[in-house]
Amino acid sequence: MFNWLQYFADWLIYSIIGLSSQNHWGQALNFFVFDTIKIAILLFVITVIMGIVNSYFPVDKVRNFLSRNKMYGLEYLFASSFGVITPFCSCSSVPLFIGFVKGGIPLGITFTYLITAPLVNEVAIAIFAGAFGFKVTALYVGTGIVLGIIGGFVLGKLKLEKHLSPWVQNIITNAQTEEELQEEKLTLIQRMPLILKEAFNIVKGVSLYIIIGIAIGGLMHGFLPTGFFEHYINKGQWYAVPLAVLMGVPMYSNAAGVIPVVKVLVAKGVPLGTAIAFMMGVIGLSLPEAMLLKKIMNWKMIAIYFGTTALFMIISGYLFNIIL
Amino acid sequence: MKKIKVLGPGCAKCKTTYSNVLEAVKQLGIQAEVIKIEDIEEMMKYNVLTTPVLMIDEVIKVKGRVADINEIVDLLKQ
Repeated sequence: MFNWLQYFADWLIYSIIGLSSQNHWGQALNFFVFDTIKIAILLFVITVIMGIVNSYFPVDKVRNFLSRNKMYGLEYLFASSFGVITPFCSCSSVPLFIGFVKGGIPLGITFTYLITAPLVNEVAIAIFAGAFGFKVTALYVGTGIVLGIIGGFVLGKLKLEKHLSPWVQNIITNAQTEEELQEEKLTLIQRMPLILKEAFNIVKGVSLYIIIGIAIGGLMHGFLPTGFFEHYINKGQWYAVPLAVLMGVPMYSNAAGVIPVVKVLVAKGVPLGTAIAFMMGVIGLSLPEAMLLKKIMNWKMIAIYFGTTALFMIISGYLFNIIL
Repeated sequence: MKKIKVLGPGCAKCKTTYSNVLEAVKQLGIQAEVIKIEDIEEMMKYNVLTTPVLMIDEVIKVKGRVADINEIVDLLKQ
């Protein structure tokens, strides 16, 4: 699909700039040009598609849907899938949490959404597809959805309500199904300008992270020998996956910055599952998110939430290593 | 006088929205009261799910994204 782009990158770097394809700088620059353009294109396309879905199905509707329908456990699947299609920024996690429980949505389902939303989003999907192809991307999205379902289900069973701040507990007691939304009656053509503008803003917003991520990736690609990490990290070391997740959690980056680096780690010999576990730790859980959640729950509950989610990330990492 | 509120827990997008509002008000040269709401309990009274939120005279105009200066100017002219 992107052969033309590889020709372009080869032509630009090897013919126009005149670096040799044997030269480390040439390889690094070629990788940089190819990956940056490819990911920018994928990101824009996927963001536009997600933007269209979102325009018709915003998070308010998701909340009302989950709040009205009791579906014998299927609501976990819905909450997790909604987490994929709605855009998410960790600064929205607290209002979202409150909004959900206020609508009478059980804590477990709210957690399901909170786990999947940052893990699988348009930026992650686009860059994942660019880095690893569509098959691994589909597997990743599926894993993210299942992880949210199981994580939320387990957290729901732990009866954590008592660890919420008193004012949040009050909200739960007075929860009610939300009122009707007024629907915007616009045609797709009328919606498009805003969707395109938003897609453009998202690409613009993450472009710096992508460029830095790819630059680091490009340098490693050009200078480190293939299999470099194999001496240090391989499938035989059982502790590599948990260590990768634990290292990832305190780091705060979005998918845009971390995936290009992960791609190179894999190319240089880190097992894919271990690399993905690391990435999940980086984008799925973060210290700033913990600080925000502190406003609505105590440290114990944050620790349980992070611990449970991290545990399932570790399990996913092992599974990826076995399957791939 | 217009009463403008920006709701958000202090993330980058919320700050951008706030400074865009100030710039829009300045460009129009109107008198307006601009309030930043960062307290989460206060914020939840408005029943919002995604931040930042831009409210003009107690009506939610934009939510979950940054409104740019021109857009806010247009909203304020209405």
